[in-house]
Amino acid sequence: MAKVLMKGNEAMALAAIKGGCDAFFGYPITPQNEVPEYLSYHMEKNDRIFVQAESEVAAINMVYGAAGSGARVLTSSSSPGIALKQEGISYLAGSELPAVIINVMRGGPGLGGIQPSQGDYNQITRGGGNGDYQLLAYAPETLQETVNIVKRSFSLADYYRNPVIIAVDGLIGQMMEPVDLDQKIEEKKSPAKDWAATGEAAKRGKRNKIVSLHLDPYQLEKHNLKLKAKYDEMKENEQQYELINMDHDPSIVFVAYGSMARIARSAIEALKKEGIEVGMIRPICVHPFPEKAFETLPKSVTTLLTLEMSLGQMLQDVQIVNQGRYTLDFFGRAGGVVPESEEIVEKVKTIMKGAAK
Amino acid sequence: MKTKTIYKPTSGLTERDLTYCPGCTHGIIHKLAGEVMAERNLIEEAIGVASVGCSVMSYEFFNCDMQQAAHGRAPAVATGIKRVKPEHTVFTYQGDGDLASIGLAEIVHAAHRGENITVIFVNNAIYGMTGGQMAPTTLIDQKTSTSPLGRKKEGAGEPLRMCELLATVPGATYLERVSVHDPKHIRKAKKALEKAFDVQTKKQGFSMIEFISTCPVNWGINPNDSLQWAVDNLIPYYPLGVYKDGTKDDQS
Ligand SMILES: Cc1ncc(C[n+]2csc(CCOP(=O)(O)OP(=O)(O)O)c2C)c(N)n1
Ligand code: SF4
Repeated sequence: MAKVLMKGNEAMALAAIKGGCDAFFGYPITPQNEVPEYLSYHMEKNDRIFVQAESEVAAINMVYGAAGSGARVLTSSSSPGIALKQEGISYLAGSELPAVIINVMRGGPGLGGIQPSQGDYNQITRGGGNGDYQLLAYAPETLQETVNIVKRSFSLADYYRNPVIIAVDGLIGQMMEPVDLDQKIEEKKSPAKDWAATGEAAKRGKRNKIVSLHLDPYQLEKHNLKLKAKYDEMKENEQQYELINMDHDPSIVFVAYGSMARIARSAIEALKKEGIEVGMIRPICVHPFPEKAFETLPKSVTTLLTLEMSLGQMLQDVQIVNQGRYTLDFFGRAGGVVPESEEIVEKVKTIMKGAAK
Repeated sequence: MKTKTIYKPTSGLTERDLTYCPGCTHGIIHKLAGEVMAERNLIEEAIGVASVGCSVMSYEFFNCDMQQAAHGRAPAVATGIKRVKPEHTVFTYQGDGDLASIGLAEIVHAAHRGENITVIFVNNAIYGMTGGQMAPTTLIDQKTSTSPLGRKKEGAGEPLRMCELLATVPGATYLERVSVHDPKHIRKAKKALEKAFDVQTKKQGFSMIEFISTCPVNWGINPNDSLQWAVDNLIPYYPLGVYKDGTKDDQS
């Protein structure tokens, strides 16, 4: 298919249909409303399931039920709604059910605001649900990348039997950009769902139970270790990132994702014109955090400048990975304020002045 | 000599020993639900949803595919299942803390949407599993571990009646309250369950059977007297009977 001009939220919704999504359960919240609006019509047209739930809590539990029956399921929301979904996400992870969750992030805490933000970094990478679980978390930069990730996420969720969360900020959700929804993507192999509670106990000759309860601590620990092995496999195989402008011996390297990475690209171009070379590590998968990216930086690098539309959340991951190797610096705007690339250029110059002293 | 089978366990339940306290009527209700689903050949294709409460382990007892839901969320989980498996029998099994307190929104909206599921609601007027705290269904002056002086209307409100409440929801099809304190009522309760599952089989929509149940351990009353206590105290406040029968409109 040729490229079409689409709004981010609608493109994600269509990508979900193309990714084989069988059922969607959600609750309205700005700035993601075009996702359920689009799906309310197109899921029905494609003989799939759409339900507007009474709350995000109910929506994620509908996801849990449908996923338990073996369906490919999606829910989408924005920050306060994702907060409400944490209980269900923990149950999905504990019962090892595949599901895809889209978070079109807005400013917080509390009701916060409705402008673009990256304030949910900790929420998506650490989660707010109880227990020893992890998610696969993606934070794409362009609409094309978002669409490809949404499509692929269903197979990833199936493969790992684990929820996948895709976080975009409101900018990506709301902007129009040309996208090719049929770009070839490499799907993860989805194993047969012989574990699903499909209502075929008699035919199967065995009851399937979807459960996260393990009252015996030794049994629960065994389950926790099984999950951990899965998370280790994700860490080994799913780290995804882009390295930008590294072959010009930069001394400063940005670490930025999503819309912030887009703005940082403009700053890199502007600085280049002034003869200043700056590189960028752009995490695409933010959990597991792309540690591997930090092992391959050129010798010229002295400083990592983390850029966020939040106040130092990813910075903590950078600190963990850095282990004292590079000088760390930070620039962030919050509350829904989208920074100008000039602010980043200024920040770079300030760092360079400091280093020259 | 020829032997005649006068009683055998239902194939609707597994062979696992129930985990309920002696004299608790959860067991009778399991048996009835298992029997009805087995007799109607539903157990082979059913998907059940266990809730959080003393019946949390019901996924080990019902002899079909089962999914264990978070506290109060069983009707939402059942909605997700039924929407992707509309040809299968889907039921939830929930206590009164689960259904009438933390899960009030989920039960009202499942009924409101007219989800074609069957809800087995066990009302013992107390939180059994957590050690006998006050439930929304606890009677006025009833003593529990969080209403040690008895439930007071001021501050705790008067007990919620779920059949009556759901009868005001347009989407609900069949609502009946039953009791299992003696054989006559057990037979009647079984008929109610049969009706509820038939409503689902005929795709007539949301059905719920509320069971007046006992919790001898947390009531602090022996099993026999518990049955009498339920008759003397619970049934007067929670009258038995059919609260809504939307199938009557279909019978011409
Ligand atoms: C979110 C959450 N809150 C609280 C609990 C603790 N809890 C477990 S069972 C229960 C009450 C169950 O009572 P009821 O539904 O009446 O069932 P019964 O045990 O009486 O059969 C509570 C509060 C929990 N498991 N999850
Ligand atoms: S605590 Fe009460 S409701 Fe729970 S099994 Fe024991 S008697 Fe039954």
